[in-house]
Amino acid sequence: MAKGSASVGTARNRVRFLGSARSGTADAWAIRVTSVMLVPLSIAFVSVVLSLLGKDHAAVRAELGHPIPAILMLFFILATVFHMKLGMQSIIDDYVHDMHLKEWSLIANLVFSISIGLACVYAMLKLSFA
Amino acid sequence: MARVETDVSGVEKRRPLSPHLQIYRPMLTMVMSIAHRITGAALYFGTLLLAWFLIAAAIGGSTFELAANCFNSIPGRVILFGFTWALIHHFLGGIRHIIWDTGHGFEPKEREWLTQATLYGGIALTAAVWVIAYLIQ
Repeated sequence: MAKGSASVGTARNRVRFLGSARSGTADAWAIRVTSVMLVPLSIAFVSVVLSLLGKDHAAVRAELGHPIPAILMLFFILATVFHMKLGMQSIIDDYVHDMHLKEWSLIANLVFSISIGLACVYAMLKLSFA
Repeated sequence: MARVETDVSGVEKRRPLSPHLQIYRPMLTMVMSIAHRITGAALYFGTLLLAWFLIAAAIGGSTFELAANCFNSIPGRVILFGFTWALIHHFLGGIRHIIWDTGHGFEPKEREWLTQATLYGGIALTAAVWVIAYLIQ
């Protein structure tokens, strides 16, 4: 009886877009995997930024266009974009209760994260190859 | 989610609510959990600074000069200092969460130590990075 009514409730809530979306475990795992990656990558990022201090444009180009800092920066950017998208998504899921506002917020989060990722990757590739 | 539900006769159902933040005495672990989320959100928007800098470096010329001058100005340095602290604080908080995810560090003394290490370590490391920055500049 209890089992039966629970499954009816879940089916109704699923129609109303309430209840589990069943992607939570993958997201929770991905935010942890990217956080582990970001431990060494953040150290690399801070080191690269420190090495740019006081340099003129030609020297900055040369440094960021060198394969090792460039690949580290690209790796850092990609891990960051995935991590920040998932982090902001959990903030939205926790605090935004209005369904439409929540959906628009999730779309805005995706657009912002992809834009940051594309802008940074494009700039890094241009610094390396242009 | 605070949905108002009614029963068949239209009478509002008052469901018991679990106690929320305002019930509890603030503790360091709680405050640091909130700080982890706030620094994460700040870093989220802080990535705009990285994107701006990289695009300016890719374009070069006066675009790069403008970005470099903004980051070099006093307000620019204050913002970058805040960015550095948020990054390092969130970095150490993340390591604390990785340790907790493995099931370690939950004893009262251990979790208090980890939390204080995040707080003071974040401040100390931020200062260290900026000392290095001023030395090599």
